[in-house]
Amino acid sequence: MTKPAKEPFEGHKKLERNITLLAVATFVTVAIGGLVEIAPLFWIDNTIEEVEGMRPYTPLEQAGRDIYVREGCYSCHSQMIRPFRDEVERYGHYSLAAESMYDHPFQWGSKRTGPDLARVGGRYSDEWHVQHLTNPQSVVPESVMPQYSFLGKTELEVPDASAQLTALRRVGVPYSDRDIQLAAGDIEIQADPDAGGDVADFQQRYPKAQVRDFDGDPSRITEMDALVAYLQMLGTLVDFGSAAAQEELAQEKGR
Amino acid sequence: MRAEAALGRTGLWLGIFLLSVIVMATAADWGFAAHATIVAVVAFALMVMSALRFDPLGRAQGFFRMPEGPSLYDDDVVRWGVIATMFWGMAGFLAGLFIALQLAFPQLNFEPYLNFGRVRPLHTSAVIFAFGGNALIATSFYVVQRTCRTQLAFPGLARFVFWGYQMFIVLAASGYLLGITQSKEYAEPEWYVDLWLTIVWVSYAAVFIGTLVRRHEPHIYVANWFYLAFILTIAMLHIVNNLAVPISFLGSRSYSAFSGVQDALTQWWYGHNAVGFFLTAGFLAMMYYFVPKQAGRPVYSYRLSIIHFWSLIFLYIWAGPHHLHYTALPDWAQTLGMVFSVMLWMPSWGGMINGLMTLNGAWDKVRTDPIIRMMVMALAFYGMSTFEGPMLSIKSVNSLSHYTDWTIGHVHSGALGWNGMITFACVYFLVPRLWKRERMYSLRMINWHFWLATVGIVFYASSMWVAGITQGLMWREYGPDGYLVNSFADTVAALHPMYIMRASGGLMYLGGAIIMAYNFWMTVAGHQRDEAPMTDAPYDPDADRPIVQPTPSTVPAE
Amino acid sequence: MTAYETLRHFADSYGLVAMLVVFLTLCLWPFRPGAKHHNHSAAHSIFKDEQDGQ
Repeated sequence: MTKPAKEPFEGHKKLERNITLLAVATFVTVAIGGLVEIAPLFWIDNTIEEVEGMRPYTPLEQAGRDIYVREGCYSCHSQMIRPFRDEVERYGHYSLAAESMYDHPFQWGSKRTGPDLARVGGRYSDEWHVQHLTNPQSVVPESVMPQYSFLGKTELEVPDASAQLTALRRVGVPYSDRDIQLAAGDIEIQADPDAGGDVADFQQRYPKAQVRDFDGDPSRITEMDALVAYLQMLGTLVDFGSAAAQEELAQEKGR
Repeated sequence: MRAEAALGRTGLWLGIFLLSVIVMATAADWGFAAHATIVAVVAFALMVMSALRFDPLGRAQGFFRMPEGPSLYDDDVVRWGVIATMFWGMAGFLAGLFIALQLAFPQLNFEPYLNFGRVRPLHTSAVIFAFGGNALIATSFYVVQRTCRTQLAFPGLARFVFWGYQMFIVLAASGYLLGITQSKEYAEPEWYVDLWLTIVWVSYAAVFIGTLVRRHEPHIYVANWFYLAFILTIAMLHIVNNLAVPISFLGSRSYSAFSGVQDALTQWWYGHNAVGFFLTAGFLAMMYYFVPKQAGRPVYSYRLSIIHFWSLIFLYIWAGPHHLHYTALPDWAQTLGMVFSVMLWMPSWGGMINGLMTLNGAWDKVRTDPIIRMMVMALAFYGMSTFEGPMLSIKSVNSLSHYTDWTIGHVHSGALGWNGMITFACVYFLVPRLWKRERMYSLRMINWHFWLATVGIVFYASSMWVAGITQGLMWREYGPDGYLVNSFADTVAALHPMYIMRASGGLMYLGGAIIMAYNFWMTVAGHQRDEAPMTDAPYDPDADRPIVQPTPSTVPAE
Repeated sequence: MTAYETLRHFADSYGLVAMLVVFLTLCLWPFRPGAKHHNHSAAHSIFKDEQDGQ
């Protein structure tokens, strides 16, 4: 079989015979899409803008969030209200990018077997949350949610609260040195205010922090305290009612 | 010489054992200690065995009746891979059935370790990374050796890749139940399990590329392009999406490097391309080798596969944002994701057409060969779900389907239909060859499996379409008085019958897999079931032979 | 000239036509008659060996 005439440009045949070229060409081809889509998010304004009212989580709220992450609540609940009339009416104002800027990792979720939780803060009483988490069917008969009664019986175990906040600061959450130093004490203050902690200083460092016993048993701090503290603050930091917030949202750029 | 090797191995396992005991003692949280205990137990058992010169692998190879002695290709890892694929497949399908039943009957949630939130990632990781992963590792090692006419490049490293990958699966699965998870969908394993997988994956790339480099066949067959793209891209996706800072190097918990909208898009750039490269490109590689081999016909159009390859891997990467329609992700990114997802329909169907048309000249095999039936059905489901995908990526459709069960219907028509069926077909192709048997124990059982799986998928997908559209419409329903009609709990109650239908579909699919496991085992054991042939139509094997000659020679006298 | 304007200019210029031509040639390249033989042998490469079964 005579050798076919030398083609002017070897073309794909060369790629099919040279493994390094094929590997490099493949890698370049697959890298383009990611770069073009993800890189800009780190500098264009409306994905890194700050919104007034946002603050890092308190150590107790962060501990509650970590329990939310540990139990895989994202597999049934979302935390992202879409700008549709029925969702805004059912759940509240649509979620802003800035509202999840301190969420490591983000928990927007991709399935709503259960309702969206982005603005569940303050809609139900602490007692309702404790009863619902312990036995969901007793409060919502149609619910298919599993039972989390062990949360109320398990002591909240935060081996090193300061190390947690240090790790968070390393990924970009602006905790001050004082926050990190007082981390363990802050958990005590928030869940058990009349135990003699400096509540005023705590509330000054974490504006709008809700300070009270959450799980109905003031004598100890349980995982239920932490999770209910986290659920009760979801969606409450940014105040959409005030005129200032409305104006700022009105001239949003790059939407 | 053997004594030194055994001693060396014992020393190695002793070292690992001591290290894990130290970590166990100084672990920051009990989850990390539990994982260190698992490693310690495994290391201790292997240490004792190698000290006593007892060869567990040899014993296991006897148990599975693996053929001994030299052979043209190094198929040990492939045999182990096929067994692991079958085992993890059953585990993954069982976990899927369990959580499906949990949604229908919430009393089946046994807190805290078997709650839905912890078992669901066990199901997804088991069927994607364990079942799919082992199938890809096994078939890639089988195909790269045949298409390159050479043995695996680094045999020792290849065995490490297999056993290291099993350790990754065990650590990830045990971790979820103990509450060790990052809760990033399909990337749930924690930071140290991710590091371990990176080591295993780089070794896997080294073995695969090493084999390609020392090939004796100048041409690199199309299946190897797809395997290569799959390995390289998953490495990129895995590393970028799992960047995290651990709270302590002796603790299991970490915080992801990105947050909010940046983390969201990085996650779904990874999430969609885990589907794009793990569940599509890798399995297309399996199709490009096993369908032509089973049909005895060359790929329909090799030239189309060039277009198919480059357009698929270029376009797939961009499609991530269709998971975030109408969220806080900027509109330009959402629209970009949508447009590229719709364009993705072309290369996907290019692949399907290339696969299905390979049957030209051999379509009657669908009547006589159940393995071909499975391959054709797999390609049909691949075509269906890669048409449904682009449709679901359109913003207006997505506004109804997002967060509902419709997405789950789409996922499973692709996963059960395409990934499951093509993997079953390839395992049925490989088992007789790997164990040097003449044929599978029973062809009729493959046919039973085919019908059970197909009907199971139809039950699953249709019940989830109905459930998803019901949810979507009930959430947005306004009454004449201008108020929302349904509370959220009403929609949950409305889905109960569909959840039962879905569980029954899953049960059928699992039933088919059980039949396959029995068929697999009996073939390994060397039996052959005497059964009626697949069809009673007159069939002349001599005539049933497509004319495949490298050069067009004179037509043989009929 | 911001990036947007440069791209806008490019989109209205012959550059876009050139890009389209390059795209079309790349797509049709494998379908040129010269590649027929090469692709035929590639497609049949997996059938060459008889002992693939082992």
